Amino acid sequence: MKLAPTAPLPPVPASERRNAARRIRLMPSPTVTERIVVALLWAMAAITIAVLVFIIGYILLHGLPHVTWSFLTESPRRMGREGGVLPMIVGTVLVTGLAVLIAAPIGVATAVYLTEYTAEGRLTAVIRFGADCLAGIPSIVFGLFGFVFFAITLGLGLSILSGALTLALMVLPTIIRTSEEAIRAVPYAYREASFGLGSTRWQTTLYVVLRSALPGISTGVVLSVGRSISETAAVMLTAGSALGLPDSLFDSSRTLALHFYYLAQENISEANAYATAAVLVMAILAINLFAYWLMRRFIARGGHHA
Amino acid sequence: MKQDKLIKAILMAVALSAIGGLGLITLFIFKEGLPIILQIGVADFFCSTDWSPGEQRFGILSMIVGSVAVTLGAMAIGVVFSLGLAIVLTQFCPPKVAGVLKPLIELLAGIPSVVYGFIGMVTIIPLIREYVGGPGFSVLAASIVLGIMVLPTVTSISIDALNAVPRSFWEGSVALGATRWQTTHMLLLKAARSGILAAIILGMGRAIGETMAVIMVTGNSLEIPRAITDPVRTLTSNIALEMNYATGQHRKALFATGVTLFIIIMALNTLAMAVSRRRVAGGGNR
Repeated sequence: MKLAPTAPLPPVPASERRNAARRIRLMPSPTVTERIVVALLWAMAAITIAVLVFIIGYILLHGLPHVTWSFLTESPRRMGREGGVLPMIVGTVLVTGLAVLIAAPIGVATAVYLTEYTAEGRLTAVIRFGADCLAGIPSIVFGLFGFVFFAITLGLGLSILSGALTLALMVLPTIIRTSEEAIRAVPYAYREASFGLGSTRWQTTLYVVLRSALPGISTGVVLSVGRSISETAAVMLTAGSALGLPDSLFDSSRTLALHFYYLAQENISEANAYATAAVLVMAILAINLFAYWLMRRFIARGGHHA
Repeated sequence: MKQDKLIKAILMAVALSAIGGLGLITLFIFKEGLPIILQIGVADFFCSTDWSPGEQRFGILSMIVGSVAVTLGAMAIGVVFSLGLAIVLTQFCPPKVAGVLKPLIELLAGIPSVVYGFIGMVTIIPLIREYVGGPGFSVLAASIVLGIMVLPTVTSISIDALNAVPRSFWEGSVALGATRWQTTHMLLLKAARSGILAAIILGMGRAIGETMAVIMVTGNSLEIPRAITDPVRTLTSNIALEMNYATGQHRKALFATGVTLFIIIMALNTLAMAVSRRRVAGGGNR
């Protein structure tokens, strides 16, 4: 192959050459730039961690002194100016527990279907699309939906049940995704060994796959508990804000997060607001530590980090 | 075998609940909100700044502006930090340190939004009032709070995007004598571009959909903000603030606000999906 003769390059003007030379001289060497940039990046990481420590420290420092035994075991008086948060603790546990009890079986079953029972196709794409979209919907929109669908159309009213059903729908995508990842991390050889021993697909799924994926799945479930506890906007519109102890699942009940919002936003009681926030933050810390510990155990058993 | 078929059918039915839920949400939100938008007139509803429920006048332009303003502000703060964190954690950090930092950043995602709002209210707002001016409750305050709140989302998706760049790219660049930072900003960030873009879009969705924290730091004024120190009201806070006592047309108008929010979020979600699909098609190994 013959190359066409290249035209000679036009001469570079002297001024431009001088400018280029000056620019290069002024430029710090790549190693110096790297040092500066890395220092800046680490500073950003340090600021982020500092913000985290500040938020948690600030709440605990101001709140823990007010968290007494009677605060945890009494009902609020005068709209929360006095008294404790027992009904809110009960309400939070009921709404959150019920939401996760509803969402976990559905989420895990969905993950099992997606990974063990079907090949990737149009149907899995539709299911995944649904889960992805649900994950992005703002909690206030879930609240509007729960209000008009569960509370009004189904006639459940502003109640623990309405709140729990709404939250269940909200945490469903998280449970599906984490379960799917945990199931996919189970080595294929396990399934082959199980099939080789003559098990059916369902036996293999139940006794081999789900058993191995259990810590990973639990991590997702525990994180969903945390998300439900933190949720405020959706429960405000679906579980209502009654201050008393609920008698049944059809009663309205105020959760801790919502109670804290009212105490802080309406300036009802600073001490009780801080104390409620401290209870909330302690719960979140405990849940995250537990999830972290579960994940560690999962990795130690040979699973991959999600 | 027959049993297995039955189990498969049951699992499939359950698996459809996610898309079923999405369908129900779409149906009911639109059923409640859409008629009143058409009744008021699309142009009047979206382009009027007059929101006076008492006089049955519902225009949400100032809230749309408010939502967009706080979201852009949040991204300006959040994206820089998130990218910085993602780069540190994937490129410049010993795995052991990353193993400690990652769960801490995830913990940021676990803190309730009301706590963020409260901390913003008692610490950031007095600072802004003192040193920047204005009432404190402002676009700026919301941007800072939301910037921190979107950090975990944007960081973790950016980390995935950076990790998806084939190792050989990095090796090739370093073998040519590039420093690690040169490799990062000239090669890895470009190769992971679409994943990072998806992370930013999803972060925007988070910011625009956040409610409680925003209510507590924006001041919720119905004026269109003229400066970043002005108070605003967002679409989400409009719903949360008025839903408890709204009835009739007013409640329907709040659902219409929800419809608007829903459409914005769906558009952002679809955009993020389209962008990250391009990444897979472009050959990033996941």
